[in-house]
Amino acid sequence: MAGGIPFALREELASRPGRETFIAELVRWGLVVLSLGFLGALLLAPLATVFAVAFEHGLAAYWSSFADPDTRAAIRLTLLTAAVVVPLNTAFGLAAAWCIAKFEFKGKSFLITLIDLPLAISPVISGMMFVLLFGLQGWFGAWLQDHDISIIFALPGIILATMLVTFPYVARELIPLMQQLGNDEEEAAITMGAGGWMTFFRVTLPKVRWGLIYGVILCNARAMGEFGAVSVVSGHIRGLTDTMPLTIEILYQQYNFVGAFAVASLLTLLAVVTLLIKSLVERTGYKRR
Amino acid sequence: MARGNVARPLTAIRQPSVLPGFGLTFGFTTFFLSALVLLPLAALVFMAASMSWSEFLHVVSSGRAIGSYRLSFGASLLAACINLVFGFVIAWTLVRYRFPGRKLVDALIDMPFALPTAVSGIALTTVFAQNGWIGQYLSVLGIRVAYTWIGVTVALTLIGMPFMVRTLQPAIAEVQRDLEEAAETLGAGRLYVFRRIVLPTVLPAMLTGFTLAFARAVGEYGSVIFIAGNIPKKTEITPLLIVIHLQEFDYRGAAALGFVMLVMSFIVLLTINLIHSWGRRRLVATAH
Repeated sequence: MAGGIPFALREELASRPGRETFIAELVRWGLVVLSLGFLGALLLAPLATVFAVAFEHGLAAYWSSFADPDTRAAIRLTLLTAAVVVPLNTAFGLAAAWCIAKFEFKGKSFLITLIDLPLAISPVISGMMFVLLFGLQGWFGAWLQDHDISIIFALPGIILATMLVTFPYVARELIPLMQQLGNDEEEAAITMGAGGWMTFFRVTLPKVRWGLIYGVILCNARAMGEFGAVSVVSGHIRGLTDTMPLTIEILYQQYNFVGAFAVASLLTLLAVVTLLIKSLVERTGYKRR
Repeated sequence: MARGNVARPLTAIRQPSVLPGFGLTFGFTTFFLSALVLLPLAALVFMAASMSWSEFLHVVSSGRAIGSYRLSFGASLLAACINLVFGFVIAWTLVRYRFPGRKLVDALIDMPFALPTAVSGIALTTVFAQNGWIGQYLSVLGIRVAYTWIGVTVALTLIGMPFMVRTLQPAIAEVQRDLEEAAETLGAGRLYVFRRIVLPTVLPAMLTGFTLAFARAVGEYGSVIFIAGNIPKKTEITPLLIVIHLQEFDYRGAAALGFVMLVMSFIVLLTINLIHSWGRRRLVATAH
């Protein structure tokens, strides 16, 4: 490229301040080193530690941490929770986006505020709200006990708390996307005689598919990794109501570092896979709004 | 528009449209939000409201509570300030410079979003403990990070970092380079260009990123409790104090503290909206 530029012009460009000067190079490399140093200490070192500690006593010790029945139960519980929560939140996200992006109605901004709310409040508060509803001294506590239904310190509580924390992800991805893409194709399909469901599956869903995948993987990562909200409602019963993140806490507090970091390594891999899918989606040209 | 004249039950709240499915999706959305957000929120507010004023004050202004606010809000503010500087440097580096591994670094920025907080909590504690990879060098300098307020700040900085970087990246990309170059050819110094051209353009984004990082940090629980030490009045964050109240089955005390945090969240949300409208007004003003 540089060969194409006349010599005089190149000379002139080089003499401009802030271009190819020594100080400009110094600032450039200084800032790059500063950024990488900051990220290295805060991000890469912890990530590397997860695997370093997990494999501290060799591969056999690593594998044997997954032989523990309580750890296995925790992995099953986390998978079960995600399997319930993610589809429900996906359905909610699609419904909310259709309702908010396709129609003009009163109270719309209130709905959007409610959808944003879980992202603004502490996960501990999200979990606590369900304890106040369904806990022993909560609103429905006595009634639930009379009817022998347990929500808090049981699976339903874990699912509810996880749902509350993770439901905004799909909706927040889809609402701006659908708003931007507009209704023209859908209106054309409907006026040409397509039914509502057919329009949704054949027109809308293909249009928003990348945004949907994006929202679903973020929702799933958060659902499997949620700690604060689940910690409040779970009751920490080993082998019964302990999810993977809660098991990490317990093993860590028992000084079983290999066990704690072995479980942590699985969740780290989940995060890496999530980011990988995210990058692949972005490579299709999909841009977050 | 003729359809709008036909009496239909839903036209009272919405404008007419040829698209179907409003009733179904609106019903599902409002039911879902009522059951999952409004009802639990009402439980929290009513539980806090059922306390007498003096009882409420006693809980939310106890020495332990005040100490926890100081740590939660102080460390969050400090972490957001650190992110203001480093978030800008990272965003600037990623937007303006080309270096090997830039794409990978860019993808890694989202790691704290995707990584479960319990994992980053135990990993940071291990790295910054006195015998950890980084902690051992800091302890030679006499700095203890793990189990002190510094550790809390480190964890909150990590949690807030992506918010700052992701908000700043598009803003930095929008800075007009020809303006910078024009200023430079007219003899403006590097810092002058930064102060008069770059900073005004990215200021709204910086403030938004700051508020988002701060808001996320105040409520953070998982990554903090491992590194905090959790000594009452010293290294105990407000969310942990709420959990302790709940574990003692003191629902009303927990609700009172939760209410205080909720009010803070609303103030933060309001601030973000104000910054947004201010930024838009400024943009319109400069366009004319």
